Amino acid sequence: MSGEVATEIRTTHILDLAASGKRLDGRGPDDYRRVLIEPGFVATADGSALVRIGETAVVSGVKLEPGKPFPDTPNAGVLTTNAELVPLSSPIFEPGPPQPGAIEVSRVVDRAIRAAESIDLARLCVAPGEKSWVCYVDIHVLDHSGNLIDAAMLAGITALAHSTVPAKRFELAEADYPLEVQHFPVECTFVRLGDSIVVDPSFDEEQAAQGRLTVATDELGRVVAMQKGLVGAFSPDDVRSVVQRALTHGDRLRKMVQGGTA
Amino acid sequence: MGSVGAKDVPVLLSPEGLRIDGRRLDELRPIRIQAGPLHQADGSAFVEWGQNKVMAAVYGPREVHPRHLQQNNKAVIQCKYNMAAFSVDERKRPGLDRRSQEISKVIAEAFESVVFAEEFPRTSIDVYIEVLQANAGTRCAGLVAASVALADAGIPMVDLLPAVAVGKVAGAIALDLKKEEDNFGEADLPMALVPQSGRLVLLQMEGHMTPEELSQSLDLGVQGCKVIYEKMKQALRDRYTTARLPAEGP
Repeated sequence: MSGEVATEIRTTHILDLAASGKRLDGRGPDDYRRVLIEPGFVATADGSALVRIGETAVVSGVKLEPGKPFPDTPNAGVLTTNAELVPLSSPIFEPGPPQPGAIEVSRVVDRAIRAAESIDLARLCVAPGEKSWVCYVDIHVLDHSGNLIDAAMLAGITALAHSTVPAKRFELAEADYPLEVQHFPVECTFVRLGDSIVVDPSFDEEQAAQGRLTVATDELGRVVAMQKGLVGAFSPDDVRSVVQRALTHGDRLRKMVQGGTA
Repeated sequence: MGSVGAKDVPVLLSPEGLRIDGRRLDELRPIRIQAGPLHQADGSAFVEWGQNKVMAAVYGPREVHPRHLQQNNKAVIQCKYNMAAFSVDERKRPGLDRRSQEISKVIAEAFESVVFAEEFPRTSIDVYIEVLQANAGTRCAGLVAASVALADAGIPMVDLLPAVAVGKVAGAIALDLKKEEDNFGEADLPMALVPQSGRLVLLQMEGHMTPEELSQSLDLGVQGCKVIYEKMKQALRDRYTTARLPAEGP
């Protein structure tokens, strides 16, 4: 890592630029970086996707295996989302058990998938209380250049949309069949830089940010999950305006997810 | 290995001497190496080798964590080999396991044999290997990726470290085993070569071989390493002859 001084100089510079509606990488406040989605990146997974947002890169792999429903939801399958912020992806990550940052990414993505009812968990139940599919969504960060939540969400939902239930392999059906995705949530993250609120923060902008706000929306125009993070505050009007912007960006991002689905 | 009594043993070698994927005994799987696909790391490489996909990144020389590993006369080389949960057929539980720790150790020691660590006392050179898709030979693919990543990071070394596994399938010595051959074959012998000196800095073996077969395997492995060595050098040349687009990667 570069030292504290360089970071502070850069932070001041980012805030100065934001005051005149500019950003360090030349984007405007509402410009999202280039997004690339590559479904089916990992052949060993039941569904997968590589997602890049600018220099950020994330791989997600879905695995389905037979297990047992939770006692309190005997008629539902199990969905588990897990994010690995491995030290390969950034000088700020160290080896060891999942850090709070990784847990936040996986929980925010998990909430959006769950709240939007992307997957009909009842259909993943095989025998109530006895047997159900366990659907693991594993997210592996490769290159951390900011906005991991949006990248993880895009990778996760794309991987799910391209998943096959390996029913034949586990001898639960005659043939494998596609996992049905009913709703397509996408997250859209913003950070406050002074009086400006910018979309899709870079790594440096996240370091300089005075608050982060993530809004997940689905194709019905519903807001399905939100997360305020980092130190900082937003007014109710800020939130209302961010939601509107998230809906617009969400529609565009979702088309990219679904474009790969067809 | 370890598949005694397993169902449906495939035909590993045809009467014409061709292997399960149509290769000859001395033939490598297709290998593609990309140097420098990552932006945060000091050096990186992505290797697609048959159906393996492996990413490696190098950070350092930088401060040593944990501090007690610091050496006053040289850099320490720390390696973490890790498999993604979705990289294998049965989901692998995330986190450290004994196999990954052993592989990390022998790879770190292989690099300690070639890196000029004494030039960077009191620092750490951290090597991370992430296996995204596995199909036998991931330690060799990881080592090759990490070696190119070390060069990409500008770490001074005696040489690059090509690596490959040789094995025995249906009684024949074969280069670069794929999954079925590894599962149902009789032996597996991964190795890493220092091309300049002709010496091996990683060598493991599991299975059954006669001394003659072992000798033949070593020759075949060295031959394979030399082919991989050229691909590694070419990947590093390509890194500086082709312009890198902002969001290009694996």
